[in-house]
Order: sequence, then C-alpha cells, then structure tokens
Amino acid sequence: MPRVGLFIPCYVDQLYPDVGLATVELLEQCGCDVDFPTAQTCCGQPMANTGCTEAAKPLARRFLEIFRDYEYVVAPSGSCVAMVRNHYHDLVHEHPDFEAVHTKTFELCEFLTDVLKVDGFPGSFPYRVGLHQSCHGLRELRSGKSSELNVPGFNKIGGLLESLDGLQLVSLQRPDECCGFGGTFAVSEEAVSCMMGLDRLHDHEQSGTQVLTAGDMSCLMHLQGLIARQKKPLAVMHVAQILAGRKPQLPA
Amino acid sequence: MTSATAHRDHPETAAEFVANDARAHWHDQSLWFVRARRDKASQTLPEWEELRERASKVKLHTMSRMADYLEQFERNAIALGAQVHWARTPAEHNEIVLGIIQKHNATRVVKSKSMLTEECHLNPFLERNGVVVTDTDLGEWIVQLRNEPPSHIVMPAIHIKKEEIGELFHDLLGTEKGATDPPYLVNAARQKLREQFLNAEIGLTGVNFAIAETGGFVVCTNEGNADLGVSLPKVHIACMGIEKIIPKAADLGYFLRLLGRSATGQPITTYSSHFHGPRPGGELHIILVDNGRSNILASPEFRRSLNCIRCGACMNTCPVYRRSGGHSYSTTVPGPIGSILAPTRDAQEHASLPFACSLCGSCTDVCPVKIDLHNQLLTWRRELALKFLVPFDKRLGMSLAAAVFARPWLYRVGGAIARRVFPWLPRMLVYNRWNPWGRQRELPEMPAQSFRALYARRKRNHKVPSDQKPASR
Amino acid sequence: MTISARDSILGSIRRHLPEAAERPGHDGPWIQYPDPLSQFASVLEAIGGRCVRVKDVAEINQDLATFPVYAAARMMVSLVPGAGRSVREMANVADPHELADVDLAILPGDFAVAENAAVWVTDAAVKHRVIYFLSQHLALVVSAGQVVHNLHEAYARLTFDAARFGAFIAGPSKTADIEQSLVIGAHGPRSMTVYLME
Repeated sequence: MPRVGLFIPCYVDQLYPDVGLATVELLEQCGCDVDFPTAQTCCGQPMANTGCTEAAKPLARRFLEIFRDYEYVVAPSGSCVAMVRNHYHDLVHEHPDFEAVHTKTFELCEFLTDVLKVDGFPGSFPYRVGLHQSCHGLRELRSGKSSELNVPGFNKIGGLLESLDGLQLVSLQRPDECCGFGGTFAVSEEAVSCMMGLDRLHDHEQSGTQVLTAGDMSCLMHLQGLIARQKKPLAVMHVAQILAGRKPQLPA
Repeated sequence: MTSATAHRDHPETAAEFVANDARAHWHDQSLWFVRARRDKASQTLPEWEELRERASKVKLHTMSRMADYLEQFERNAIALGAQVHWARTPAEHNEIVLGIIQKHNATRVVKSKSMLTEECHLNPFLERNGVVVTDTDLGEWIVQLRNEPPSHIVMPAIHIKKEEIGELFHDLLGTEKGATDPPYLVNAARQKLREQFLNAEIGLTGVNFAIAETGGFVVCTNEGNADLGVSLPKVHIACMGIEKIIPKAADLGYFLRLLGRSATGQPITTYSSHFHGPRPGGELHIILVDNGRSNILASPEFRRSLNCIRCGACMNTCPVYRRSGGHSYSTTVPGPIGSILAPTRDAQEHASLPFACSLCGSCTDVCPVKIDLHNQLLTWRRELALKFLVPFDKRLGMSLAAAVFARPWLYRVGGAIARRVFPWLPRMLVYNRWNPWGRQRELPEMPAQSFRALYARRKRNHKVPSDQKPASR
Repeated sequence: MTISARDSILGSIRRHLPEAAERPGHDGPWIQYPDPLSQFASVLEAIGGRCVRVKDVAEINQDLATFPVYAAARMMVSLVPGAGRSVREMANVADPHELADVDLAILPGDFAVAENAAVWVTDAAVKHRVIYFLSQHLALVVSAGQVVHNLHEAYARLTFDAARFGAFIAGPSKTADIEQSLVIGAHGPRSMTVYLME
C-alpha cells in the first residue's frame, strides 16, 4: 500500500476543499494510504515566481521537512508540483532532503497514470468536457504533448477522463493556449490576463464545452471568475472531482 | 526615439493595446495564423526535434570557443578581401558605418532589415549626419515612413492595417485614395524602391549567420531586397552581432532548415545568400558588434539567449505578445526574447518586461534553438528582486504572505477569518479600483470550511469506501 | 595607449567563455523522399513557383512559346545555350545598373533541393549577380540528376572556393508585410520557373 503524503495547495485548502476531498477519495480508491500533514501551508511558488527567492526559501525548506518521510507526495495541481520538481533546485538544492522529495512528488493524474498504472475509473459523466491544459502541467511536467513539439501524442489527464462512460472531450481551436492566470500576472497584467481568459472561454463555448475542467484549480479560479461575471453557461470542475464521481452544477 | 519620452511599464502600454478589443483580437489572430503555419511546416520533417537539438548544440559549442571562431572568421574574411571592423558599443558601430559612408562621399544608403542596426539606432544617427537611409524590407520601410520602430522582428508592420498603409501610400506615393489591395500597394512600393536601389551608393545589410571556416556570411530575405541593395552599389556594409558566428558552412543545414519554417512556415526563405568577399571591383565591410553580448556569455542562466536566430517564433506563439503588440514592450526586440535581452542593457528601464509573461512555456517549446525562454524570464525576476527593481508592493506582499505561510496557525486563522468575513462585505468594498482581480472577474465563493477542517472531520468519522475500485493494468 | 575595440571584445569573450561543449556531427536521420523530383516540383508550386520537366533545350523553348511572360518580354538575357534568346549579351554589360530593364532572365542553376525547392546559383555562372534579383521574371535550368533530398546533402556538396557569391533561391520574390497577405513579386522577380532537364 503506497504511503502518500497529500500536498494540498494553500488556495485549494482555503477555497476549494472539495477538490482536496476528491483527491483523497481517488487515492484511497486506488489503494493508497493517504495522510495529510497539517503543518503544510504553501510551497512558495507565488514568491519564487515574483522573484522573491529569499521569501520562498524558508517555505521550500519547510516543505521538504514536512514531506520527507512519505513514499510519495501527491498534489491535485500541476503548477505546485512543477514548482517542487523543477524549481526547488534553484532554492534548496543543497538541502539533504531535496533530492528525494523533489523526485517523489507527483501531480495527481500523472501519479495515477505513471506510478499506480491506473487505466481509468468506473462511473459515468455524460457531458461534453473541455479540458484546459494547464501550462505548468503540460510543459513543465509533460502531462501531455504540447502543440509546439513534434513528438508522439499523449495526454495523461485526457486519458483518465475518457475512461468515464459518456464523457466526450471537445476539441478546441487552440488546444493548449494559456488561460492568462499566471499567478501575480493575473493582477499585475490584468488587461492581458483577462483577455486571454475570455479568449479561452470563447474557444470552449464555440467547441460546445458544458463542463470546463483542468488539473489546476488556479487556472480554473481565474476562468470561473470571468464566467461568473459574464454569467456564461459553463460548469467548472477540477479533474479530481469529475474522476471521483461528482456531478456538475449545470445552469438550468 | 524613446529616450525623450517618459518610460512606461508594460502593464500600462499593454492595457492600452487591449482596450481596442477588435484590433487586439485582429493582431492576436494574425500572429496565431503564423504560429499555425509554423506548426504545419515543422510537421513536414520527422527529424524536427533532432534539428532543434543539433542547432542548440552547435550554438553552445560555438559559444565555448567564440573568440577562436571570431578570429578565424576575421582571418578568412580578410583573406577574401573584406575589411573587418569591431565595435564595442552602438556608438562605435554607428561611427564606423558613418566613416565608411563619408569616405565614399556618399549620401544614399539602402538598407535591408537588420535588428542590430535597430538596436544601435543607426537610422536617426545617419540622418542627423546628412545621410538618406532607405529601409527596403517592405514592412521596415512602412514603419520607417510612419516614423516608428518595428513591432516584430520578422514582420515589422504586423500591427498596421492595410487601410492605414493605403492612406500612407496615398499621401507619400500618390497611390489611389482608398486603395487597400495588398498587391496594388506592394507594386507601388516596388516601383518606388527600385528607384532607390538603382540610385544607392551603399548597401547595408544585417547578417543571419557568419561562417568561421570560410569567412563568408549568409543573409536571408524573402523579398530579395538585401541582394538588390548590395549587388548594384559598389560598397556593401554588413553589420553583425558577434553571436551570429557558426563554425562551419555545413552547420547551416540545421539553421536554414529551422529558420524559415519557424519564422513564417516557409520551407526556406526565398533568398539565402552567401557572401564570400566583395564583388569584383567592390568593397565589403563587416562590422562585428558586442554591445553587451560578451557579458551574457559569462552567465550560465542567460547564455542560451545568444542562441537566438531571430526567427520571431516566440513572439508569434506568446499569448501576451499577440494581445499586447510589439510596441508595448518599448524595446527593439519585443516579446519573450526581447524581454530577456532588454534588461541586460538596462535593468531598471525594462524591469516590467520579465513580468509581462504568464510563464506558460510555449516560447520554450517553440524555439528552434531551444532557448529556455520562460525559465530565463523567471531568472530575470530573481535578478530584478536582488537589484530591488521589483515594485515595492509586490515585494511587500510576498514577504507578508511568506511570513503567514511560515506559521501554519496564522495561515489557518487568517484563512478562516477571510472566508467568514468576505461574504459579508459590501460589494463596493471588494470590487473597486484597488482590486484588479475584480475588475472583470468575480472572486471565488468562500466555502464554510477549509479542506483541512473537512479532512480532520472525515478522518474521525469516515471509513474508506471499498466498493468502487479503479481498473488497473 | 587605449586598447582596440577588437582586443577589448576578444578579451571580454575570453574572460567569459563557458566550459567546452562538443560540436555535433552532421550525419543524421535526414529526410529522404521516394521521388525527390516530384517533391521538388510540389514544394516549388506551393511557394509560388512553376516547375517544368523537360527532356532537352528544345522542350524548354516549347514551353517558353506558351509562356505569356516570354511572349510579353522585350528585354531578355539567356545564359543557357539554346534556351530562349538573348536580346542583351551579358558579356557586353559593364555596369549592373544596365540590367534594370531586363524582363526575363534564363539562367543555369547548379543543383536543387527537394525538401524546400531551393536552387543553388552562383556568380561564377553570371557576370553580374544582380541579374538573379533585378530581372522581372526568372527561369532557372537545372539538371534533373542534380536534385538532392535535403539541405544537409546540399551543404555536403558545396564548397566556397570558386564563387564569391552563391544563393539558394526558392520561388519568386514575395512579401506578406501587409496584413499577412502573401504578395508575389516584392522587389525581385515576379515569377520563377525551374526547368528540370533530363
């Protein structure tokens, strides 16, 4: 029974608790012994991405110490995992736990696919689903083939979603363009960020998306914010919620 | 041209571009169209990723022996009859160019597109010294006539509508009023620029690749303007950044296969001209320019930016560039690569550029010479923070957040209070001009409980459901 | 005494040199086409050129007879013996500016590349290299046996000792600088015909 330390990003903890619960349920369904170490807060990504390395370092060290004793560390976020796996090196490469922790930290869908070798989940989700390929999951963790590269195609998140009965993945005009969230970018470059988000939503609407999903709640928070303001008829769910059997809240 | 006006940061200039929604979308779609053509062209070669790898390796190797290769190039170029000059700064470069022009008592120069001469602000300098410079790349000529800098390194006039070009040509060339048909406008430019080519005394070009082994160099255009410009006048001046050097002619196999496909989706640029020495009876001057490049060489983080072959693919794919326009960057080279290069020259003036990026990484994947652009932009943010060039509010916010995150109890209590208080706040307290998030977006609905609270309760009450097991392979 | 710009730049480079990195070789899995001639022809047509397969010079003349550009051309230069006619003899042209009124140039190409429809031309074959760019229309004659698959094969056969100037020309001059609309005939030739001769 793999012993998994659950890494729940701070904003998911505070704002999207059900995404965390769905993650726990999925991992337990797959036979994992899941534990949530309560000392965790934030991996330090907002600070690191703003250049504030010194503010990020203590958080990175905390992270390593909190998670060092688990067999795996799993998070429902490509972006936070990319921070640990690809960017902790710049902050804490000399830490004795760095090597072990950064290689055993996984995004939920890649953990299910690559480590647990899960092919799919039972259950049905009879909706047209638009998968937003979060950039960090896609291009930093390689959760799928990005549209720029000329390599054989694969898509870990899409593969798991398509195992559900009745689920239909829509095809988009721009399959993996950024939604414009980008952390503090969403605020400091508000105009461009919102235009990017609205353009993504337009693509999904044109392609017939009913339920918009992603492996990262941060992108979805931004897109949901635009949807709510514009009262667009799109439901938003994290991929863990869909896989765990939650039903979408579709407009009547 | 920018030094006289107050410098403005990218968020402000970008917001202005975005404010014209129709135009911003037109710009975005024009460039996405080029990106899509690049995708298609790259897919015609099964060896695409291998080419990127090789090209990147050739560049890294070249950097590790750059001084040797430059000396070899100089030796061979001189042996072929060229005159080689070296310039540390834009000022030195411009003086060398002017000196050559004056030596020939010349006043009429035709120039093909060269981002280096843009970087050196050569045109205004020559004009101040009585030289008439005509940019002959059509897009470059259009922006020159409009008295503005290019907005893209491959498509300098990509931000201008054909109606505006029609009006410009009507005023300056006497084309029919209201005529906007591109072939008609191109033909008018062709007639006018032919006169310039035939009257020019000196032809000036950039350099795409300089070959150490042979002492020759390659210039790529689609219009044939570089060739016309340097095959009629007797004097050819070629200006190159020192990073344009490659070891062998055979290495061009990598670069020319990648360049056209990455830039515009063409299998190769229409003209890829190899110059080895002056033409019979002519004169060839090659100016090697440093302008900060040798310093970048020392930096393991930024060295790879010298791989750049100026294809513009990172601009075409950048979701921020496409929506904010090249001029929003207020720098010669805009877009992702420009946001890396500009702060090396003036970190303070260009401090907003590394933040004009959502870190999506598309530029890194599209780059034909494997520059890790988005990582370099991230590294720039760190450098700027060390230089205290990250805005104070950002730094303060991050320090406060870090202080909270370092104390789980504070984080827990703070989160709980925020979740309880927010839903009760009057809308105007949450959505006002101090909240850029809320200008076009709602904040998330605040749940009653955090995940950790629900998890703790679940752990107390809940047994693992074992009826639904996933399929396993 | 002040240090020269040259020494100062080279010195700065040497101070900042990164660690040695190996130079990759040139062999690789480079694309091969089942039929490089038809690959060449289809790429050339896609980039706005015209490819005509001919057996001999007589067939070139047959094609020229039906080619509107040829019928309309007043000033012509041909450096391919027997192909078309030369109104102006290149040997008598002292100054390249004299070539400004050439409507059609029929010139030899050294070899061609299937992957991108480029033809290699040099100034060894012509007296004034500007003819490739200044003529209103361009026709190049290339031996069908001289079509390589890809650019790596092209560079493998190129040496730069005979000619001072050489260029790959792929199609007619073009621009897309006005709203990305492709317009053929920017500054250089408005059309390009390649005769692939057996």
